[in-house]
Amino acid sequence: MAKSLLIISRQAPWSGPNAREALDIVLAGGAFDLPIGLLFLDDGVFQLAAKQDAKALQQKDLSANLQALPMFGVEELFVCADSAAERGLDPSAFSLEEALALTAHDITALIDRYDQVITL
Amino acid sequence: MKFAIALFSAAHAPSSRRALLFAQAALAGGHEIVRLFFYQDGVYNASSSVVTPQDELDLPKQWRAFVSEHQLDGVVCIAAALRRGVLNEEEAGRYQRDAVAVGAPWELSGLGQLHDAVQDADRLICFGGA
Repeated sequence: MAKSLLIISRQAPWSGPNAREALDIVLAGGAFDLPIGLLFLDDGVFQLAAKQDAKALQQKDLSANLQALPMFGVEELFVCADSAAERGLDPSAFSLEEALALTAHDITALIDRYDQVITL
Repeated sequence: MKFAIALFSAAHAPSSRRALLFAQAALAGGHEIVRLFFYQDGVYNASSSVVTPQDELDLPKQWRAFVSEHQLDGVVCIAAALRRGVLNEEEAGRYQRDAVAVGAPWELSGLGQLHDAVQDADRLICFGGA
């Protein structure tokens, strides 16, 4: 059986290529049909904020890539509710509806469920 | 035990030094390293363009010597390397760039190599992540 991998994405989308590169690992794993999960934690929850204007920064928008996750077979999507609350973000308004909001307590159990974890 | 080692921090970061020390200790302890995978700023550890002051640790040089000596599978993510200007001869030719910054023993390849290593190894050990 294939080993499962959880990617924990902790960086805001406009703080450099970090968020995109974390997402690329997930998309590659999905393309190989591997059991892979993605958790947005800490500033990573900003990736899910709606109505971002990437053009203002002459960047490409990450949200289109995020929407593609279910198409790549990545359905284990999670967001830390505590991180969102600390940043004044409402998880019900997030651009990725599929992401399940978890408390810090749930996240401990989530990490335990995966064979390997990468935090970026 | 079979280890896969992923490195995400630049050559001057303390975590990159720790990654090398861990890799050396793993082999010294009789373990196997199935692959080293350099991603994000970790690609700078494979750069031969880094110049370190004489009285400081030259980590890219040490990585190069370590990987060569033990004939390890050292993979540098190609997309991360292109973005940071760490090109091998083939990519420098493809994109018509003057500077070649990475060569043997390193191989430029895709993220599939990271996933492959994760599947192959008993443990994935990451250094320099967020």
